[in-house]
Amino acid sequence: MTNLEKYNQAFIDNFNVSADKLSGLQYQGTELWDSVGHMTLVAALEDAFNIMMETDDIIDFSSYEKGKEILSTKYNVKF
Amino acid sequence: MFDLLEYKDNDAVVTDDGRHVSYAALNADAEKIAEKLSSECLVFCLCRNSYASLAGYVGFLNKHIPLALLDSAKDPSMIKRLIERYNPSYLWMPAEMKLNAGEAVLDFDEYVLVRTAYSRFPINPDLLLLLTTSGSTGSPKLVRISEKNLLSNAKSIVDYLGIGSGERAVTSLPMHYSYGMSVINSHLLKGATLLLTDKPVIQKPFWEFVRAERATSIAGVPYTYEMLRRLRFMDMNLPDLKTMTQAGGKLKAEIAKEFIQKAKEHGKKFIVMYGQTEASPRMSYLPFDWALEKYSSIGIPIPGGRMFIADSNGTEIENPLIDGDLVYEGPNVCMGYAESKDDLMKGDENHGRLLTGDIAHKDADGFFYITGRKKRFVKVWGNRCNLDALEQLVKNITTECACVGVDDKITIFVTETGLETRIKEYLCDKTGFNLRAFDVSVLDRIPTKDSGKIDYQQLQRSI
Repeated sequence: MTNLEKYNQAFIDNFNVSADKLSGLQYQGTELWDSVGHMTLVAALEDAFNIMMETDDIIDFSSYEKGKEILSTKYNVKF
Repeated sequence: MFDLLEYKDNDAVVTDDGRHVSYAALNADAEKIAEKLSSECLVFCLCRNSYASLAGYVGFLNKHIPLALLDSAKDPSMIKRLIERYNPSYLWMPAEMKLNAGEAVLDFDEYVLVRTAYSRFPINPDLLLLLTTSGSTGSPKLVRISEKNLLSNAKSIVDYLGIGSGERAVTSLPMHYSYGMSVINSHLLKGATLLLTDKPVIQKPFWEFVRAERATSIAGVPYTYEMLRRLRFMDMNLPDLKTMTQAGGKLKAEIAKEFIQKAKEHGKKFIVMYGQTEASPRMSYLPFDWALEKYSSIGIPIPGGRMFIADSNGTEIENPLIDGDLVYEGPNVCMGYAESKDDLMKGDENHGRLLTGDIAHKDADGFFYITGRKKRFVKVWGNRCNLDALEQLVKNITTECACVGVDDKITIFVTETGLETRIKEYLCDKTGFNLRAFDVSVLDRIPTKDSGKIDYQQLQRSI
């Protein structure tokens, strides 16, 4: 799986959304992306990329696009 | 209720868009909103953590206008059902909510005061506040609370938390929720400042607000602290934040201990508390000096309250370490419940005594420990949910079913396949809980005991 596929899969599995809904998806933009869902998403991404996210990055992770930016600039995940 | 002018120059409110409101200005706004209403009018206050919502709440309380606090984010059909049942004369609500319930008679910020078609009706003069029975099953049952209940509880909280005018509490809980409301009451009573926000604890703008406005305290339910732990909250640089309070269910003992330890290291306090909406809402707290030693305890009764363990006859068990029913007595115990508008005329049915439904014991030092529950209910993100009532709801879809659960997760066992999504969506709609709160599991048959009753213990063991 490519990094993008892994990244997308974490959203699809956690929020029960289809791939075509990911672009532009924001925190609280779908029912399951609430505060509890946010923490399970972060845990899934940490597992998938074998990283440990900083607090500031977890709370700054406000959308599908923002998460990609954080992972690529701070955790060296290449998309 | 509140003597706002005593603190007229203090900041009562700072909002997350930078607005500062003094106690004098809050008093003027609150009076303006409540001006048209009389004490025989029931008001529904559809809440959010904004200044307009708060100013209306304070205005109605101070003019002794009976009001119900409801979540403005709830499904409008649920609110409409409550309106039809309780016939409020006025609604205080966000203007963008389209309820078509009447005519707007006052605009204030983003809120409107709506006059409904319902005329006023007799309401017990002691009744001041109605609260939902914590997110249960969409039931229209409300808790009836008097001014004495509210005021005595707010004063007790002020007392044991040592709240003074210098406190700056961030509203990390919604104001329609009894715990969130108690944070507001106890701070307004002492001229302290409320940092009003609806922003989620898990997102950056919340923490920017906390830092910029130097919040001194934060309140959370168990899952809030589970998240904060994951965020390594105790390592965040928040020198002004001195007090963390926790209520709304039992935080895992190890997590409580960890927060207590870290709080001690950082010169902060972590206060475990226990309550129910029916107690307006606080009943006990764990004094921080004892917290590490007794980290799994719910502490001691609040000032003015008494707690004891009773046997099955209701007689007090004096000896420590024996489990029994946890009973609370105090001036904050609610008047009773309402299930219809006629019930709003009822007087005090509890006479200061509340059977909590929790099983507990006390230790030799008089600290209480909850060990179980008498009724079948779980707490879902701080809200009580009755499993029997939930089961009745599921029966509308399929009759062969049984609900069991642990806090924050309810499992519904059914024998029919293919209903998972339908059951979950139905329960979300009825309870207002997130989809994540429910699991549906299919069995060949629902296990029963020899008596023919559902064997919940066996089901509980299987989850």
